[in-house]
Amino acid sequence: MALELPENVVVSRLDELANWCRKNSLWPMPFATACCGIELMATGASKHDLARFGAEVFRFSPRQCDLMIVAGRVVMKMLPVLQRIWLQMHEPKWCISMGACASTGGVFDTYAVVQGIDRFLPVDMYVPGCPPRPEQLIQAIIDLQDKIQREGTISGREFDTVERQQRKRALVESIEPLTLDASRNPLLQQQLSGLHTNAPPLGRS
Amino acid sequence: MPHTPPPLDNVLQSLASRWGTLDVSTYRNQTRIVVAESVSLEVLEFLKAEGFDLLVDVTCVDYLEYRGALNRYGLVYLLTATTTNQRLTVRVFVDDPTPCVRSVVPLWEAANWLEREVWDLFGIHFEGHPDLRRLLMPEEFAAHPLRKDYPLQGRGERHNFPILTRHDG
Repeated sequence: MALELPENVVVSRLDELANWCRKNSLWPMPFATACCGIELMATGASKHDLARFGAEVFRFSPRQCDLMIVAGRVVMKMLPVLQRIWLQMHEPKWCISMGACASTGGVFDTYAVVQGIDRFLPVDMYVPGCPPRPEQLIQAIIDLQDKIQREGTISGREFDTVERQQRKRALVESIEPLTLDASRNPLLQQQLSGLHTNAPPLGRS
Repeated sequence: MPHTPPPLDNVLQSLASRWGTLDVSTYRNQTRIVVAESVSLEVLEFLKAEGFDLLVDVTCVDYLEYRGALNRYGLVYLLTATTTNQRLTVRVFVDDPTPCVRSVVPLWEAANWLEREVWDLFGIHFEGHPDLRRLLMPEEFAAHPLRKDYPLQGRGERHNFPILTRHDG
Protein backbone atom coordinates (compact mmCIF):
# COMPACT_ATOMS: atom_id res chain seq x y z
CA MET A 1 0.00 0.00 0.00
CA ALA A 2 1.43 3.33 -0.98
CA LEU A 3 2.08 5.72 1.80
CA GLU A 4 -0.07 8.75 1.33
CA LEU A 5 1.83 11.89 2.00
CA PRO A 6 0.36 15.35 2.04
CA GLU A 7 1.11 17.24 -1.10
CA ASN A 8 3.52 19.74 0.24
CA VAL A 9 5.84 17.38 2.07
CA VAL A 10 8.21 17.12 -0.84
CA VAL A 11 8.11 20.82 -1.43
CA SER A 12 8.72 21.70 2.20
CA ARG A 13 11.63 19.28 2.31
CA LEU A 14 13.07 21.02 -0.73
CA ASP A 15 12.43 24.28 1.00
CA GLU A 16 14.40 23.14 4.01
CA LEU A 17 17.16 21.89 1.78
CA ALA A 18 17.34 25.17 -0.04
CA ASN A 19 17.44 27.07 3.24
CA TRP A 20 20.13 24.76 4.56
CA CYS A 21 22.23 25.39 1.47
CA ARG A 22 21.70 29.12 1.66
CA LYS A 23 22.48 29.44 5.32
CA ASN A 24 25.66 27.45 5.08
CA SER A 25 27.07 29.41 2.18
CA LEU A 26 26.45 33.00 3.09
CA TRP A 27 28.88 35.14 1.17
CA PRO A 28 29.35 38.40 3.01
CA MET A 29 29.60 41.77 1.36
CA PRO A 30 31.73 43.72 3.79
CA PHE A 31 30.51 47.28 3.87
CA ALA A 32 33.13 48.41 6.34
CA THR A 33 33.29 52.14 6.81
CA ALA A 34 35.04 52.54 10.15
CA CYS A 35 36.55 50.78 13.17
CA CYS A 36 34.08 47.90 13.11
CA GLY A 37 35.66 46.99 9.81
CA ILE A 38 38.83 46.03 11.64
CA GLU A 39 36.87 43.67 13.86
CA LEU A 40 35.19 42.32 10.75
CA MET A 41 38.60 41.59 9.29
CA ALA A 42 39.61 39.99 12.57
CA THR A 43 36.54 37.78 12.42
CA GLY A 44 37.51 36.66 8.98
CA ALA A 45 41.10 36.01 9.96
CA SER A 46 42.45 32.75 11.26
CA LYS A 47 41.83 33.05 15.00
CA HIS A 48 38.05 33.56 14.84
CA ASP A 49 37.52 31.97 11.50
CA LEU A 50 34.34 33.00 9.77
CA ALA A 51 34.96 30.57 6.95
CA ARG A 52 33.99 27.74 9.26
CA PHE A 53 30.39 28.87 8.86
CA GLY A 54 30.45 28.93 5.12
CA ALA A 55 31.28 32.60 4.79
CA GLU A 56 34.39 31.68 2.96
CA VAL A 57 34.65 34.50 0.49
CA PHE A 58 34.32 38.18 1.32
CA ARG A 59 33.39 39.36 -2.13
CA PHE A 60 33.48 43.08 -2.63
CA SER A 61 31.08 42.94 -5.51
CA PRO A 62 27.44 43.13 -4.50
CA ARG A 63 26.45 41.00 -7.48
CA GLN A 64 28.20 38.01 -5.94
CA CYS A 65 27.05 38.31 -2.34
CA ASP A 66 23.99 37.56 -0.33
CA LEU A 67 24.84 38.99 3.09
CA MET A 68 25.71 42.64 3.57
CA ILE A 69 27.52 43.40 6.81
CA VAL A 70 27.44 47.13 7.48
CA ALA A 71 30.32 47.68 9.86
CA GLY A 72 30.89 51.20 11.05
CA ARG A 73 29.19 54.55 11.07
CA VAL A 74 27.38 55.61 7.92
CA VAL A 75 27.37 59.33 7.13
CA MET A 76 24.69 61.04 5.11
CA LYS A 77 27.05 61.33 2.19
CA MET A 78 27.58 57.57 2.17
CA LEU A 79 23.97 56.51 2.63
CA PRO A 80 22.90 56.74 -1.03
CA VAL A 81 25.93 54.61 -1.91
CA LEU A 82 24.91 52.07 0.70
CA GLN A 83 21.39 51.96 -0.67
CA ARG A 84 22.67 51.50 -4.20
CA ILE A 85 24.88 48.58 -3.13
CA TRP A 86 21.90 47.02 -1.34
CA LEU A 87 19.76 47.33 -4.48
CA GLN A 88 22.50 45.75 -6.58
CA MET A 89 22.58 42.62 -4.46
CA HIS A 90 20.61 39.66 -5.73
CA GLU A 91 17.81 38.18 -3.73
CA PRO A 92 17.60 36.44 -1.33
CA LYS A 93 19.73 38.82 0.64
CA TRP A 94 20.16 39.67 4.27
CA CYS A 95 21.72 42.53 6.17
CA ILE A 96 23.63 42.60 9.42
CA SER A 97 24.12 45.92 11.12
CA MET A 98 27.38 45.53 13.01
CA GLY A 99 28.30 47.79 15.86
CA ALA A 100 26.60 50.61 17.67
CA CYS A 101 27.09 53.16 14.92
CA ALA A 102 25.41 51.19 12.17
CA SER A 103 22.57 50.19 14.48
CA THR A 104 21.77 53.52 16.10
CA GLY A 105 24.42 56.06 15.25
CA GLY A 106 26.49 55.12 18.26
CA VAL A 107 28.16 57.98 20.10
CA PHE A 108 27.95 60.18 17.02
CA ASP A 109 24.63 61.99 17.34
CA THR A 110 25.70 64.70 14.89
CA TYR A 111 24.47 66.45 11.79
CA ALA A 112 26.33 64.15 9.45
CA VAL A 113 25.85 60.62 10.84
CA VAL A 114 22.74 58.60 10.08
CA GLN A 115 21.24 57.42 13.35
CA GLY A 116 20.88 53.80 12.41
CA ILE A 117 20.84 52.33 8.92
CA ASP A 118 17.60 50.52 9.71
CA ARG A 119 15.86 53.82 9.07
CA PHE A 120 16.64 53.37 5.38
CA LEU A 121 17.41 49.67 4.85
CA PRO A 122 15.78 46.44 5.99
CA VAL A 123 18.10 44.99 8.64
CA ASP A 124 17.88 41.37 9.79
CA MET A 125 20.39 41.24 12.61
CA TYR A 126 21.90 43.84 14.91
CA VAL A 127 25.20 43.33 16.68
CA PRO A 128 25.75 45.72 19.59
CA GLY A 129 29.23 46.69 20.62
CA CYS A 130 31.82 49.31 20.02
CA PRO A 131 33.30 47.38 18.38
CA PRO A 132 31.64 44.03 18.90
CA ARG A 133 34.00 41.22 19.60
CA PRO A 134 34.47 38.69 16.81
CA GLU A 135 32.62 36.14 18.90
CA GLN A 136 29.60 38.45 18.94
CA LEU A 137 29.65 38.78 15.19
CA ILE A 138 29.92 35.02 14.83
CA GLN A 139 26.94 34.64 17.14
CA ALA A 140 25.02 37.06 14.97
CA ILE A 141 25.83 35.00 11.88
CA ILE A 142 24.72 31.82 13.64
CA ASP A 143 21.47 33.50 14.66
CA LEU A 144 21.01 34.70 11.12
CA GLN A 145 21.53 31.15 9.91
CA ASP A 146 18.75 30.01 12.25
CA LYS A 147 16.54 32.75 10.91
CA ILE A 148 17.25 31.69 7.33
CA GLN A 149 16.46 28.11 8.18
CA ARG A 150 13.13 29.08 9.72
CA GLU A 151 11.89 31.38 6.99
CA GLY A 152 11.35 29.64 3.67
CA THR A 153 11.32 30.58 0.04
CA ILE A 154 8.14 28.72 -0.94
CA SER A 155 6.07 30.39 1.70
CA GLY A 156 7.84 33.67 1.04
CA ARG A 157 8.27 34.36 4.72
CA GLU A 158 11.84 35.48 4.35
CA PHE A 159 10.43 38.66 2.90
CA ASP A 160 8.82 40.48 5.72
CA THR A 161 5.43 41.62 4.57
CA VAL A 162 3.92 44.91 5.61
CA GLU A 163 1.33 43.09 7.74
CA ARG A 164 4.01 41.25 9.72
CA GLN A 165 5.89 44.49 10.26
CA GLN A 166 2.77 46.18 11.54
CA ARG A 167 1.99 43.31 13.90
CA LYS A 168 5.51 43.42 15.30
CA ARG A 169 5.38 47.17 15.69
CA ALA A 170 2.06 46.96 17.53
CA LEU A 171 3.74 44.74 20.11
CA VAL A 172 6.52 47.22 20.75
CA GLU A 173 4.60 50.46 20.69
CA SER A 174 2.14 49.36 23.34
CA ILE A 175 4.90 49.44 25.93
CA GLU A 176 5.95 52.76 27.46
CA PRO A 177 9.33 53.74 26.11
CA LEU A 178 12.01 53.84 28.78
CA THR A 179 13.38 57.28 29.45
CA LEU A 180 17.10 57.16 29.92
CA ASP A 181 17.38 60.75 31.13
CA ALA A 182 16.89 60.62 34.87
CA SER A 183 15.48 64.12 35.01
CA ARG A 184 12.56 63.09 32.81
CA ASN A 185 11.86 59.68 34.25
CA PRO A 186 8.74 60.15 36.41
CA LEU A 187 9.05 56.85 38.26
CA LEU A 188 12.63 57.53 39.23
CA GLN A 189 11.78 61.05 40.34
CA GLN A 190 9.01 59.72 42.55
CA GLN A 191 11.35 57.24 44.16
CA LEU A 192 13.99 59.84 44.70
CA SER A 193 11.62 62.35 46.23
CA GLY A 194 10.48 59.62 48.58
CA LEU A 195 14.01 59.26 49.93
CA HIS A 196 14.78 61.31 53.00
CA THR A 197 17.73 63.32 51.75
CA ASN A 198 18.51 66.97 51.61
CA ALA A 199 19.84 66.67 48.08
CA PRO A 200 17.78 68.39 45.40
CA PRO A 201 16.09 66.17 42.82
CA LEU A 202 17.97 65.34 39.66
CA GLY A 203 17.59 67.41 36.56
CA ARG A 204 16.61 70.98 35.98
CA SER A 205 14.34 72.54 38.60
CA MET B 1 67.91 67.17 20.27
CA PRO B 2 65.21 69.37 18.76
CA HIS B 3 66.41 72.36 16.85
CA THR B 4 65.43 75.48 18.79
CA PRO B 5 64.19 78.09 16.35
CA PRO B 6 65.64 81.60 16.44
CA PRO B 7 63.32 84.17 17.96
CA LEU B 8 60.84 85.91 15.72
CA ASP B 9 61.93 89.42 16.60
CA ASN B 10 63.48 90.15 13.21
CA VAL B 11 60.38 89.11 11.35
CA LEU B 12 58.09 91.05 13.65
CA GLN B 13 60.26 94.11 13.39
CA SER B 14 60.26 94.09 9.60
CA LEU B 15 56.50 93.61 9.66
CA ALA B 16 56.08 96.55 11.98
CA SER B 17 58.30 98.74 9.85
CA ARG B 18 56.09 98.12 6.87
CA TRP B 19 52.64 98.10 8.41
CA GLY B 20 52.97 100.04 11.61
CA THR B 21 52.50 98.73 15.12
CA LEU B 22 51.40 95.15 15.24
CA ASP B 23 49.03 93.36 17.52
CA VAL B 24 51.43 90.68 18.78
CA SER B 25 50.83 88.29 21.62
CA THR B 26 52.69 85.25 22.90
CA TYR B 27 51.45 82.27 24.78
CA ARG B 28 53.72 79.40 25.73
CA ASN B 29 56.26 79.94 22.94
CA GLN B 30 53.54 80.45 20.35
CA THR B 31 53.43 83.85 18.71
CA ARG B 32 50.43 85.23 16.98
CA ILE B 33 49.74 88.47 15.15
CA VAL B 34 46.41 89.95 14.25
CA VAL B 35 46.11 91.64 10.88
CA ALA B 36 43.24 93.42 9.23
CA GLU B 37 41.53 91.83 6.30
CA SER B 38 42.51 94.66 3.98
CA VAL B 39 46.21 93.82 4.27
CA SER B 40 46.02 90.10 4.99
CA LEU B 41 47.16 88.91 1.58
CA GLU B 42 50.10 91.35 1.51
CA VAL B 43 51.22 90.37 5.00
CA LEU B 44 51.09 86.69 4.16
CA GLU B 45 52.98 87.30 0.94
CA PHE B 46 55.64 89.16 2.89
CA LEU B 47 55.86 86.37 5.45
CA LYS B 48 56.25 83.80 2.72
CA ALA B 49 59.11 85.80 1.29
CA GLU B 50 60.62 86.00 4.79
CA GLY B 51 60.92 82.23 4.83
CA PHE B 52 57.53 80.92 6.06
CA ASP B 53 57.18 78.48 3.22
CA LEU B 54 54.81 75.97 4.81
CA LEU B 55 51.14 76.73 5.39
CA VAL B 56 50.18 74.26 8.07
CA ASP B 57 46.48 75.02 8.35
CA VAL B 58 43.75 77.51 7.60
CA THR B 59 40.87 77.32 10.02
CA CYS B 60 38.32 79.49 11.74
CA VAL B 61 36.73 80.21 15.10
CA ASP B 62 33.15 81.39 15.48
CA TYR B 63 32.88 83.91 18.33
CA LEU B 64 29.13 84.22 18.23
CA GLU B 65 28.49 83.75 21.94
CA TYR B 66 31.93 84.64 23.23
CA ARG B 67 32.17 87.26 25.97
CA GLY B 68 33.90 90.37 24.75
CA ALA B 69 34.07 89.39 21.11
CA LEU B 70 34.14 92.21 18.58
CA ASN B 71 33.99 90.22 15.36
CA ARG B 72 32.23 87.00 14.64
CA TYR B 73 34.77 84.97 12.69
CA GLY B 74 38.46 84.70 13.45
CA LEU B 75 40.45 83.08 10.66
CA VAL B 76 43.64 81.35 11.70
CA TYR B 77 46.62 80.88 9.42
CA LEU B 78 49.35 78.64 10.85
CA LEU B 79 52.71 79.24 9.17
CA THR B 80 56.00 77.43 9.56
CA ALA B 81 59.47 78.20 8.24
CA THR B 82 60.93 74.83 7.40
CA THR B 83 64.53 76.03 7.25
CA THR B 84 64.59 77.70 10.66
CA ASN B 85 61.70 75.85 12.38
CA GLN B 86 59.96 79.08 13.31
CA ARG B 87 56.22 79.07 13.72
CA LEU B 88 53.79 81.94 13.50
CA THR B 89 50.02 82.27 13.77
CA VAL B 90 48.24 84.95 11.78
CA ARG B 91 44.71 85.91 12.81
CA VAL B 92 42.29 87.74 10.54
CA PHE B 93 38.92 88.78 11.92
CA VAL B 94 35.88 89.10 9.65
CA ASP B 95 32.23 89.71 10.26
CA ASP B 96 28.73 88.98 9.12
CA PRO B 97 26.77 89.46 6.86
CA THR B 98 29.21 88.51 4.12
CA PRO B 99 32.46 87.28 5.59
CA CYS B 100 34.98 87.49 2.80
CA VAL B 101 38.77 87.36 2.58
CA ARG B 102 41.17 87.04 -0.27
CA SER B 103 42.39 83.56 -1.01
CA VAL B 104 46.02 82.62 -0.42
CA VAL B 105 45.98 79.87 -3.04
CA PRO B 106 48.36 81.85 -5.25
CA LEU B 107 50.91 81.67 -2.41
CA TRP B 108 50.44 78.14 -1.08
CA GLU B 109 48.71 75.43 -3.10
CA ALA B 110 47.74 73.64 0.09
CA ALA B 111 45.27 76.42 0.80
CA ASN B 112 43.04 75.08 -1.95
CA TRP B 113 41.41 72.36 0.13
CA LEU B 114 41.95 74.16 3.45
CA GLU B 115 39.93 77.13 2.27
CA ARG B 116 37.32 74.86 0.75
CA GLU B 117 36.89 73.27 4.16
CA VAL B 118 36.48 76.68 5.83
CA TRP B 119 33.94 77.69 3.21
CA ASP B 120 32.05 74.43 3.68
CA LEU B 121 31.90 74.51 7.45
CA PHE B 122 31.85 78.26 8.26
CA GLY B 123 30.69 80.03 5.15
CA ILE B 124 33.61 82.38 4.73
CA HIS B 125 33.99 83.29 1.10
CA PHE B 126 37.49 83.32 -0.39
CA GLU B 127 37.89 85.72 -3.28
CA GLY B 128 40.13 84.47 -6.00
CA HIS B 129 39.84 80.82 -5.05
CA PRO B 130 39.90 78.74 -8.24
CA ASP B 131 37.32 76.16 -7.15
CA LEU B 132 35.37 77.17 -4.08
CA ARG B 133 32.88 74.41 -3.35
CA ARG B 134 32.02 72.05 -0.53
CA LEU B 135 34.61 69.56 0.55
CA LEU B 136 33.30 67.47 3.47
CA MET B 137 29.53 67.91 3.36
CA PRO B 138 27.53 66.79 0.33
CA GLU B 139 27.18 69.31 -2.51
CA GLU B 140 23.50 69.90 -1.92
CA PHE B 141 23.89 70.62 1.80
CA ALA B 142 22.47 74.03 2.53
CA ALA B 143 24.00 75.17 5.80
CA HIS B 144 27.41 75.80 7.34
CA PRO B 145 27.49 73.28 10.17
CA LEU B 146 30.34 74.49 12.35
CA ARG B 147 28.76 77.85 13.02
CA LYS B 148 27.57 78.28 16.58
CA ASP B 149 23.98 78.82 15.55
CA TYR B 150 23.79 75.49 13.77
CA PRO B 151 22.56 72.71 16.09
CA LEU B 152 24.75 69.69 16.70
CA GLN B 153 22.12 67.23 15.52
CA GLY B 154 21.49 69.23 12.40
CA ARG B 155 18.20 70.38 10.95
CA GLY B 156 17.00 67.06 9.62
CA GLU B 157 19.30 66.76 6.62
CA ARG B 158 20.79 63.53 7.88
CA HIS B 159 17.48 61.66 7.65
CA ASN B 160 16.17 63.09 4.43
CA PHE B 161 16.56 59.97 2.31
CA PRO B 162 14.24 57.44 0.69
CA ILE B 163 13.42 54.36 2.72
CA LEU B 164 14.09 50.98 1.15
CA THR B 165 11.87 48.14 2.33
CA ARG B 166 12.07 44.44 1.68
CA HIS B 167 9.65 44.79 -1.19
CA ASP B 168 11.80 47.22 -3.11
CA GLY B 169 14.29 44.48 -3.77
